[in-house]
This record gives sequence, structure tokens and C-alpha cells, in this order.
Amino acid sequence: MRDVAVIGIGQTPVAEHWDKSLKELAGEAVIAAMRDAGREYADGMFMGNMMSGSANHQQHLGAYIADWVGLRFTEAAKIESACSSGAASFRAAFIAVASGEMDCAIAAAVEKMTDSTSDEITTQLATAADADYEAGMGLSFVALNALIMQRYMHEYGWGKEHFAPFPINAHANAAHNPNARFQEPINLATYEKAGMICPPINLMDASPMGDGAAALVLVPLDSVSSTAKRIRIIGSAGATDSIAIHHRKEPLFLQAAYLSSQKAYKMAGITPSEIDFFELHDAFSIMSALSLEASGFAERGQGPRMAVEGEIFPGGRLPVSTRGGLKARGHPVGATGLYQLVEVVQQLRGEAGKNQLDRARIGMAQNIGGSGSNIITHILQAI
Amino acid sequence: MEVPRYWRNRNQRYALVGEVCPHCEVKIFPPRDVCPACGQDAKTKFSFSGRGEVYSYTTISDAPAGYEENAPYTVALVKLEEGPVVTAQLTDLGQEPVSIGMPVEMVTRRIRQDGGKEGILVYGYKFRPVMAVAR
Repeated sequence: MRDVAVIGIGQTPVAEHWDKSLKELAGEAVIAAMRDAGREYADGMFMGNMMSGSANHQQHLGAYIADWVGLRFTEAAKIESACSSGAASFRAAFIAVASGEMDCAIAAAVEKMTDSTSDEITTQLATAADADYEAGMGLSFVALNALIMQRYMHEYGWGKEHFAPFPINAHANAAHNPNARFQEPINLATYEKAGMICPPINLMDASPMGDGAAALVLVPLDSVSSTAKRIRIIGSAGATDSIAIHHRKEPLFLQAAYLSSQKAYKMAGITPSEIDFFELHDAFSIMSALSLEASGFAERGQGPRMAVEGEIFPGGRLPVSTRGGLKARGHPVGATGLYQLVEVVQQLRGEAGKNQLDRARIGMAQNIGGSGSNIITHILQAI
Repeated sequence: MEVPRYWRNRNQRYALVGEVCPHCEVKIFPPRDVCPACGQDAKTKFSFSGRGEVYSYTTISDAPAGYEENAPYTVALVKLEEGPVVTAQLTDLGQEPVSIGMPVEMVTRRIRQDGGKEGILVYGYKFRPVMAVAR
């Protein structure tokens, strides 16, 4: 296996892009990433996306986007794993370059959600769960997360307010990210006044949907000039769990996050304490807590303690959602995983603007598909 | 819901028919055909009693398309007395507040109606609080 580097990043703002189509959004991100990389060609492109078939009546995004960005004839295919489609496309590009099969691979991802009405999107999001035995019983995706959070609070005794620091941190950071969906800070009062969606999940626990696209260009590390700062992928791993919560042995523990992070740490040859910052999958506040626990940063049931004690804020032991996270940068579902990785690269390069961390040498991103059923972890290092 | 898909799952939806592993006797619902405990074939049918308790619950106000007629409705993870956990709506709640640990039992109810008056009526299991025995 060859060492792999990221040499280009691109993203669109996460927003309601009424004037832009699926392909225009994807094209913007891919072309920005290729310009950033200084490349005009690639050997292949892996397109992450969850719901283009239903939301935009367009599948076959490999050929569709490759042609649009001027990469006609280039090998390309769509990769789907619900909310973790973005990281899945990055992992596919990583494997392609690491194996020697490709010398330049593009990981790109797009989600164009505002072409559909919100109840159609609610239905589509529920397809990330079991169609017969979860969604088919009338469960929405947020309801599934609410079932986890309710039981979690019951078992570990946390109050609602103990989850507030997760969205407060995310919004504070997004205020300095021009690509973020929401750039307004919030406070505890905002959190406590927020309307309930599915109790105990309120509006401030839930990440907003949006349109967006992001892309990264991957090449062998040894092809990158060593005079500049290089961004190396030192850990990459994925794992699955039962798609339905009711089939999981421990519904309050993200086994797939545990397995994929452990594999990524092993590959990188590091321990969790060496991670400088963590772009976690804060689709819902409860997922932040579970992700911190399963990835080895907190004991079981103690994820909220890291939030309450301020460890997740910039300057804390483990800053998370440094550019706003899913909660405030926004969650264009299938593209989210690549936003996380673009943001990791920005921090490692020292290009995170007012969000720039003092110490950003090793960064981790974790993308969660479904209610915890497909989780992909990446660790990147500046060398 | 498509008629063949509904028809295929009729034994599960109407009668909570799952499986029991012939090797390690673990009870399985919904059916998986491969035992989650020992990894061996598990296709022996097993009918669950329908009794269990609430493991977790929430209320849905913003229902997915097709389920609006019942909104708001309460859903739960129900831990069946034989072991497995099932995802379902709660019904017949009246004024009684739902709580974790509350005993519930399975009933057959309409889950949704597809496509207006010509569409199929989709029935399936819901769970209601166990009724107090009259003295």
C-alpha cells in the first residue's frame, strides 16, 4: 500500500441554493478542488450521494457529474451509504490510490435537498433505516435518534441542558465559517426555548438539511513536493452495525464507531490522546456524545461531561465541530462526510481563518450513516 | 406500501411470527434467518406472546409522508418478554403518561392508508398499555 495525500479541496456554501441544480453544485466543488490541486485530469471519481434518485430524479451520478466537470471518459461511479456516503467516497478514493490502481482520484459528494418538499425529505431520510420494521411503522429518522437519547438520559441520568454545549459550540464556530448554513451564535436560553421535534430532541439538537457539495483530490504522497506542507491520510477505516436499532446488542453504544476508530488508530499508529481535533457527526446532540464515547475520548455514558466541562470548545482538550459541524455548518446528507474532511484539511493547512486552532497537527473525521449502522473514520496528519 | 411487500410480511405484521435458533434457542424478531448470537442458520418459526415493556419512546408530530393521519403519535422500542426489541407505535394511551418500563401488549391496528380510498389499508402491530384486570 502507498501513502496517500490530499492535494486539493473544494466546497460550496451549505444553503438553500434555489438557483443551482444538483450538477452545478457538484461541479462547483469538484472544479474548485481540482484548481486547488492544480490538476486537470484524474484517473477516477467517486461520487458520494444519498437521495438524488428520489429528490432530483437523477441517478447515475458518476457519468453525470464527470461529464459536467469536463472529465468525460473518466471512470466514475456513485457511492451510497446514507449519511456516511461522503466519507465512503473518500475511502474509495483512498483505497484506489493506496493500492496503486489510480494515481489521482477525486472524492466528491453532493446533496440537493430543496428540490423536494420537507415531508418527502423526511420520508427519504427514513430510508436510511429498515424499510419494513422501522420506517414502515411510521418512524422518522429523528424519532429513531430520539429513542436513543431518551433511553440514554434515563440510564445515565443526564438532563436536557447537559447537551446544550454541543450546539452552542457548533454555532459559535460556524459564525466564522463563510460556508456555514447558520452563522449566528446561540446561548443556553436559545437552547432551552427551542421547540421540541421528537422529545427529548429539540430544534437545537438537530442539524439542518441544506444543499451542498464538497470534493477532495487524492494522490500518492511521494508525488507531492516535500518543500510544502503535505496532508497525509494516516488512518482510514469503516465498519457496519445492524441497520435497525432494535437489532443492536447495545443500542446506546456505537459499535461501528468503536470498530472503525480502533482500526484507524491502529493504522495510524496512534492513540486517541494524540488527536488534536475531531470533526464528529453531530447530526443530533446525542450522536456527539455517543461518538466521543465509542471513539475512546470518554467513558460510556460520560460523553456529555466533555461538553459540560468545556473540553470540546476551541482551546479545550478535544475541540469538535471546529467550523460549525453538522449542527451549524449544515447537513447536506450525502455530502456531509466530505465537508468534515475539507475542514480537517483546512485546519491542518492553517487555513481555517478565525476558527484556526493553535494546535492542529493530527485531525480526525467521523461520518455516521443511518442511526449508527455505517460509520467511517479518517485521520489526517500535516507533515 | 407495495402489495407484494405487505403480503410477504403478513405473518410478522399480524401475528409477531419470528424465529427461534435451533442451535442456541435465542428468539429472533424481526426474522433474520441467521442467528445474531451464534451465527448459525435460524429459520424455525416462533410466535411471540406480544407482551413486553417500553425500552424507550418518543412522540412524532412531523410525520413522514403517508403517516400524517395519525400525527401526533407515540412510538417506542418495546422489549418483548422473550428477549428481542421491536420498533412500533403505541396506541390506546388515553391520559396515561408513557414511561420507560411500562408493560405493554401487542394489538393489530391500521398503520396507514395508501393512495386514498382505492389504496390498501396497511395493518400491523402496535402496542398498548396492558389493561388492568377487572376485579
